[in-house]
Amino acid sequence: MSTATHDTQREAPAKPTTTVGKAADYLDQRTSIGVAVKEFARKVFPDHWSFMLGEIALFSFVVLIISGFFLTMFFEPSMALTRYEGEHPASMHGELMSVAFASTLDMSFEVRGGLLMRQIHHWSALIFMASIVVHMMRVFFTGAFRKPREINWIVGLLLMILGLAAGFTGYSLPDDVLSGNGLRITDGVVKSIPLVGSFMSYMIFGGEFPGHHIVPRLFTLHIFVVPGILLALIALHLFLMVLQKHTQYPGGGRTDKNVVGYPALPVYVAKMTGNFFLVFGVLALMGATMSINNVWNYGPFDPSPVSAGAQPDWYMLFLEGSLRLMPGQGTEWVIFGYTLPLNILIPAVVVPGILFTFLFVYPFVEAKVTGDDREHHVLDRPRNKPARTGLGVAFLTAFIILALAGSNDLIATHFHLSINAITWVFRILFFVGPVFAYAITRRICLGLQRKDRELVLHGHESGRIVRFANGEYIEVHTPLDEQERWLRVNYEAPAPLEIAPKTDARGVKRKGYSSDKRWQRLSRFFYEDRVEPVTPAELEAAHSHGEHDQLEDGESGHQAVEAGAGATSREH
Amino acid sequence: MSENQNPRTDASNEVTVAPEAGNAVVHADRFPDPGVPEHKHRLTDTDPKAAKRAERTVTLLFVLSILGTVGSIVAYVLVPPDGTTAGVRLSTLLIGLGLALSLLGIGVAGIHWAKTLMGDREFVQERHTLATQGEARETAIRDMNEGLEDSGVIGRRGVLKGAFFGALALFPLAIAVPLIGSVGGDWNISKFKHTMWQRGTRLAIDPSGRPIKAADVTVGSVFHVVPETTEEFRETHEWITEKSKAVVLMVRLNPEDLRTDQSPEGETWSHEGIVAYSKICTHVGCPVALYEQQTHHLLCPCHQSTFDIADSAKVVFGPANRRLPQLPITVDDEGYLVAQDDFAEPIGPSFWERLK
Repeated sequence: MSTATHDTQREAPAKPTTTVGKAADYLDQRTSIGVAVKEFARKVFPDHWSFMLGEIALFSFVVLIISGFFLTMFFEPSMALTRYEGEHPASMHGELMSVAFASTLDMSFEVRGGLLMRQIHHWSALIFMASIVVHMMRVFFTGAFRKPREINWIVGLLLMILGLAAGFTGYSLPDDVLSGNGLRITDGVVKSIPLVGSFMSYMIFGGEFPGHHIVPRLFTLHIFVVPGILLALIALHLFLMVLQKHTQYPGGGRTDKNVVGYPALPVYVAKMTGNFFLVFGVLALMGATMSINNVWNYGPFDPSPVSAGAQPDWYMLFLEGSLRLMPGQGTEWVIFGYTLPLNILIPAVVVPGILFTFLFVYPFVEAKVTGDDREHHVLDRPRNKPARTGLGVAFLTAFIILALAGSNDLIATHFHLSINAITWVFRILFFVGPVFAYAITRRICLGLQRKDRELVLHGHESGRIVRFANGEYIEVHTPLDEQERWLRVNYEAPAPLEIAPKTDARGVKRKGYSSDKRWQRLSRFFYEDRVEPVTPAELEAAHSHGEHDQLEDGESGHQAVEAGAGATSREH
Repeated sequence: MSENQNPRTDASNEVTVAPEAGNAVVHADRFPDPGVPEHKHRLTDTDPKAAKRAERTVTLLFVLSILGTVGSIVAYVLVPPDGTTAGVRLSTLLIGLGLALSLLGIGVAGIHWAKTLMGDREFVQERHTLATQGEARETAIRDMNEGLEDSGVIGRRGVLKGAFFGALALFPLAIAVPLIGSVGGDWNISKFKHTMWQRGTRLAIDPSGRPIKAADVTVGSVFHVVPETTEEFRETHEWITEKSKAVVLMVRLNPEDLRTDQSPEGETWSHEGIVAYSKICTHVGCPVALYEQQTHHLLCPCHQSTFDIADSAKVVFGPANRRLPQLPITVDDEGYLVAQDDFAEPIGPSFWERLK
């Protein structure tokens, strides 16, 4: 049947006349690319600035590949020792160093544009991670991880972890003092793992730290394994995005059954390409004007020196801060003669483990406590999910406190404070901060929801004061237009789960009751306090209520006027 | 309101008019969806002059990009780095600014073009339920079942299935065992417990390698110390690995400042107020490098563990749990400082087998 249709279509195809048309026809006759064009050329994408955060991550990755390719042309991943022959920088001439460090110096000082590419590469890595994190925040706070996008949320998390791995493996390649000490910290953390830690350390370094295997190994991981998996997962991430069609912010005419926006060709092609050049351009500007990782100031790796005020790249700060905050006293246990250094295990393994687990399981937990199995394509306004928004802000608070703690020495020197005092403040804040952040954020969300209700029920303040014949002054309120109102009433406020009773009709205990009970308790935590959207009946009542009370109650009296003015606009 | 929503509806069969506002059933407890807001024309849609202006701006931006590319190539050719740091910076700056202009020109032009001159009508497309529906779903289930039946193992040939999964599960070992077996070198983790310090090894200054006479160590001075060894050995990888364990920080204190009551070895392991401690932090292994003379405190710049040198290097603050191991020292016949022995305990961060 399908061949028949093809044949009838082929019988009278319009002969292409333009060059583009001829080229397209040539391709189509050999690839049937027309099907893809039909599918994608005018595919609609919703528009919002926050949808470009993920694009920034994608484009910085492209810049990483371009600049990284440049760097591989000149970098030599070898730890063989050499005396630096180059004249520049003068401080390094004749120094004993690894070939990796020497080639880094050479590409910075002798290769034209080499330093520019190094700096673009490093800045791109920082922006790559930053845009991933901000993109994740957008996805989290708007509920874009809900069905059917849970899988893509997991893919995105894996991308973030791979981004960390890419940054970590790249950071250590120049074999300078700073990155060498970073590796040493890694070694210390790995050794703390029970049972296998010592062997894992040997596995990583091919023997004792630092050995002479680590740079070539990291190089292979950095330019082949990690970017290979990253590319594959990015492809999957984008494929799922296109397949499921993009989410859209709430608004008039936007439902879970449609997608409202601009067509891919030409608007999105132009905007996305433009955005790519913008991201690349800004990164080039950063690489040109802001120096980063001047390894010749640190010198080649030597196990003895270390510089004060050393910081890892920002995305590793939370781990560094976690290590710094943990008190050492009484936290190293010896059990049957085996050493269990909890002062390292807890901050470097358990804390990040908890943070990542939260991110991995959150979509599934929320779906369960909401009792929700529907597809969601319209995003939530963060205020309309107070518990989720609160949890997200609490998570970020913990992350930011850890990151700040990773800079506690710089805070101490910049603000002339005692480092011990700062550390103690952060230790307490790490526990107290997220709790407060959760409570305050949730309250703010509920408050904003109430404000939305207030606006829908009573309209905007107009600033116009009217005096009644009886001498009473009121301010006239203008009712919301239907688009404004729709934005504020078009949401759901789920109630806590209801569960089947403990026993059935014959008084027999039901299986799974206690598990249900636990979920219900969690569901209450999420949805106990909620602000329901205004219903048409409530709006009606508010208006008539105002009319009745206008003489007795000054507070609601102004609604009389408003009701009169609003009556016509509510006609549909 | 839906009729004026998407006038181009007929141009593409994918595009449909959305709003259900007109025919939506109005529930008493829900407001009706007002539909997509009315399209507002841009200035460039209504004013040909504004459109012309936008066109000129976009063209100018593309021209700027071309100039940026040319500029970056000119900078590459005419301003080679002269080797000094300033020269390298200048070359980087000029090539980079050209590149940035070249890229930003295209980027800003493209976005401005899209925002002012390309169509800005919103379209509405239907979404389809992601789950496969109707006939396609049934065919898929039938095909799947038929395929499985054809394999001839559904519900029977258990041994065959077991062998199949067993073989699949085991074959990676043929690659993993040689890989993991070899990747750790000799796997001799007992090396963590020893350093190259031995009875009689002289203490030498890092990095010159010159041995230190006790008489040259003044009160309050700090020395970064390594074991004395040959010049050739100090140019090998083995040296870097050994040095990673063997580095020592040596300080001469007033003997009366030295609190020896807490460590029984305190008296005999130091020499006239000269004490030597492992420089590798017992937390995660950073070199502990910041010494404060007034308080005798030694601070690790990585995670701020603080050790009191006057009190057997015990931890006074921070994430470290154990004191820094002390290197027992004395002087030889020629007055040089020498080690009495290796460290009495493993140096550096804790590990599972540390005390075994």
